[in-house]
Amino acid sequence: MILGSTPNRRAAAARPRSLPARAGIGLKPEHFRDILDTAPDLGFFEIHAENYMVDGGAFHHYLTRIRERYALSIHGVGLSIGGEGPLDEAHLDRLATLLGRYQPESFSEHLAWSSHGGAFLNDLLPAPYDAATLARVCEHIDRVQERLGRRMLLENPATYVEFAASTMAEAEFITQVVRRSGCGLLLDVNNVHVSCTNHGRDARDYIDALPLYAVGQVHLAGFAEDTDAAGAPLLIDSHGAPVAEAVWALYCDALDRVGPMPTLIERDNDIPALPVLLAEARHADRILERLLPIARGAAA
Amino acid sequence: MSGLAAFAEALLADDAPCPPGLVTWNGSAPDKRFAVYRNNVIVGLVDALADSFPVTRALVGEEFFHAMAREFLRRSPPRSPVLALYGEGFAEFIAGFPPAAALPYLADMARLELRRVQAWHAADADAITPADIAAVLADAENLPAARFTLHPALFLLVSAHAVVSLWAAHQAESVAAALAAVNPAQAETALLCRRDLEVEIYRIEAGTTAFIGRLQQGQAFGMAVEQALQADDDFDPAAALALLLRAGAITHITIPRRSDP
Repeated sequence: MILGSTPNRRAAAARPRSLPARAGIGLKPEHFRDILDTAPDLGFFEIHAENYMVDGGAFHHYLTRIRERYALSIHGVGLSIGGEGPLDEAHLDRLATLLGRYQPESFSEHLAWSSHGGAFLNDLLPAPYDAATLARVCEHIDRVQERLGRRMLLENPATYVEFAASTMAEAEFITQVVRRSGCGLLLDVNNVHVSCTNHGRDARDYIDALPLYAVGQVHLAGFAEDTDAAGAPLLIDSHGAPVAEAVWALYCDALDRVGPMPTLIERDNDIPALPVLLAEARHADRILERLLPIARGAAA
Repeated sequence: MSGLAAFAEALLADDAPCPPGLVTWNGSAPDKRFAVYRNNVIVGLVDALADSFPVTRALVGEEFFHAMAREFLRRSPPRSPVLALYGEGFAEFIAGFPPAAALPYLADMARLELRRVQAWHAADADAITPADIAAVLADAENLPAARFTLHPALFLLVSAHAVVSLWAAHQAESVAAALAAVNPAQAETALLCRRDLEVEIYRIEAGTTAFIGRLQQGQAFGMAVEQALQADDDFDPAAALALLLRAGAITHITIPRRSDP
């Protein structure tokens, strides 16, 4: 059969499709030239939306060229979906412009807040899991999905404290959000490991309690180790180290439950040379390939 | 005060206690855990400023810069999640920061570096070519009425200090040797523009400053030259145009044609 370039096909091709069930890495300015020069075989690149909310210059120059060759995930870190105030509509406008320009296969944000009273605090901060937060988060996600005209993925957080005011467990809260808003789940396996260690929970039980049917992407990253005031382990979601063995193991378990998923290797601090990140991505790819014997056979 | 308001306030306050209502699974005091958030916020924002103001940082050293940046961000946390452009008001803060009074040029260095960041991220526009401008110059009759559109990444910064020389010295291989040759009290004006994705910084004289400033305001070429000559008898329009061309700073020239009688 010949796939003709009919208007219908062109229209279909112009729609954002989904990310491949392969490994991708975060796009860093340090690697712009290396990527264009070496054209590494990768499932996708991910950018933090806010870094590209500028008018022009090198960031757009390189992203435009890299986007032409790779699938793209846009990951927001500044919408403050868990915040008490209304969503920042100007920021939502900037996001809509960025998504319109680059047509990413995926858009995701965090179950967290980062702005309060007009100040941007530049961290992913926790909120109590109660009815008021649930209503607010769902309202905000509704607005985001309406404004952007697409479904978003919500990422489970890494947290260091819990609230006396919480009336439900985090996984239950996320389940409610996903059910009410129709958003998807970005399963950050490192965040699961970090949070469950920090709050004395079983990571596998936690994952089992999530709405796994809604998972659309997986994140992997490295953490830093500290201790709390009682000497118990306190893991910090630093994105500054290779993915830990415990997180790889949890990733394998999670994939057994959700199937092959686009998987991001995140590294935002102490950024190594490109080949180091590509090696981690290949490791994730090998784990994914074990789940894809049919697809592999068909491609051979 | 709502739960998140207390949380937000305790993040930025210097020695505020942990906000109320936090619990831990093992009963440990939540202070150390809360401190992770405070550290993330402060370090993240200090790092954002450190990235945008490298020469300001080098002029005062890491420790001083961090203390100064912390003080600034507590008073003026970012109002937008677009941190690439964070730092508006930092120069004014430095100008009124008593511990920095010994370095009178420090605030203008911060102004220059903020402009450099703005130029780096400014909108794209194609510069005209030498051939384009040759045609304009050949039209002597209409040239005085020509209006120039300058690149969105073009900025001027007039300083009572040697900001361009100080900045350039920090790009040299031997910074100390280069700095020794600079008289910080020498007034200088910087022209910033972006060419091939890189921001270039030029030191320009009073006449050129007046000329480019008038063109940027939309005044006609003839008027801009007149103003430049008032600022500096020796102003050379050809040299100024050559500089703008070299900097990739001219994106369009409009020549109003006189209607024929």
